[in-house]
Amino acid sequence: MVPRSWRKIKYRYDLRGSYCENCGNYHYPPRNFCPTCRRRGKVIETLFPEEGRVVSYTVVREKEPYIVALIELDNGARVLSQVCCDPSEMKIGMRVRKAFRRYGEDNEDGIIHYGTKFVPVN
Amino acid sequence: MMGIVSYGSYIPKFRIKVEEIARVWGEDAKKIKGGLGVYEKSVPDVDEDAATIAVEAAREAIKRAKINPEDIGAVFVGSESHPYAVKPTATIVGEALGVGNDYYAADLEFACKAGTAGMQICYSMVKSGIIRYGLAIGADTSQARPGDALEYAAAAGGAAFLIGKDPIAEIEATYSFTSDTPDFWRRDLQPYPSHGGRFTGQPAYFRHIISAARGLMEKYGYKTEDFDYAVFHMPNAKFPVRAARMLGFSEEHISQGLVVRAIGNAYSGSSLLGLAATLDIAEPDERILLVSFGSGAGSDAFALRVTDRIKEFEREPKVWEKIERKVYVDYAIYLKHRRKIRA
Repeated sequence: MVPRSWRKIKYRYDLRGSYCENCGNYHYPPRNFCPTCRRRGKVIETLFPEEGRVVSYTVVREKEPYIVALIELDNGARVLSQVCCDPSEMKIGMRVRKAFRRYGEDNEDGIIHYGTKFVPVN
Repeated sequence: MMGIVSYGSYIPKFRIKVEEIARVWGEDAKKIKGGLGVYEKSVPDVDEDAATIAVEAAREAIKRAKINPEDIGAVFVGSESHPYAVKPTATIVGEALGVGNDYYAADLEFACKAGTAGMQICYSMVKSGIIRYGLAIGADTSQARPGDALEYAAAAGGAAFLIGKDPIAEIEATYSFTSDTPDFWRRDLQPYPSHGGRFTGQPAYFRHIISAARGLMEKYGYKTEDFDYAVFHMPNAKFPVRAARMLGFSEEHISQGLVVRAIGNAYSGSSLLGLAATLDIAEPDERILLVSFGSGAGSDAFALRVTDRIKEFEREPKVWEKIERKVYVDYAIYLKHRRKIRA
């Protein structure tokens, strides 16, 4: 788990995605190959805007309910992420902002995983 | 001229009232509120810790400074609730901020004054020309044994200060007073700290705070009247009010920075949140006295002079606005958020 988690740090810790200079599409998580332009694509890595709106969401009711939402960032890129708030606060179209949070941990003696989630914009 | 170029703060949105903690332990809430002067305290979310708080506070500081994060040459995180016993918080913070790999970093620990110790190190490194900007952060999700008196105040929060040239508040002078005083400690593998009860007052808090403030004034030629605001470490609301009186300050000098009544003691973040709240309203040429206190024990004193640059500096949202954005939780939810109970 350690190397797999470590490889994802760069784009989990912040909204670092890819942008194709040929077609203008954004992707998150970042890609090194543009699925639209194929070999004509010119993919660069870029930091995405910190705010966006909820396109859709679901409440996963396992042990403790949590919210997973499809979020459209202000550059048009779509990101699937957790939203930290009470499920009753959730509305399609609501504005959300990135937040740095814990994702989980590998047991009590394992490493702690961190990354980007979203919170409602006040 | 060197000093604070930018600052940011973070306070988790959850609060628990003193009444709710007192209800569980069968204590008199009125008496506790009267004794401590604390009415409610901040509680972190289930997925927040000192590292996430440090990142949020630092992101605000960098955004307000409008600088490239790669120009930051040092990251120091002061906390007594670092998520790992061995593995730095500062590297998590540096990575999340996009500082790159070309920076000095370390975690600091000196009870509640580790954040101001970071400010002194950054100030020295900027002054010596080793770095352009240094980031000093104080962030904590402080621990308290359930039922202990500490539980009414031990809170979560943090503030980040970017130190560099052309500041919004010049660090005119800094001075520390340090001694071996075991007023509060936590041994290895122990989940909660222990403290010396009444011993934490006179020989610890007051001796160090007053000596550091007086030491700074004597060494650098200041008088109480030279300061428009004063911020002292806030383990409760009584201690800083009494320390202010001992030094000749009135309630008006300290009320803006007295965040402890509404959020409790955020340990390494405590005096720094008070400073951030004070900078939120300070005008050019006003002078602020900051004195932190860390058990064990020591105090760092700073004389800060606000510059004209503060006029065009973004100060919204203010610390007191963040304090007002809150969601109350009961004791059971509080235990879950503090990971004292798990599903």
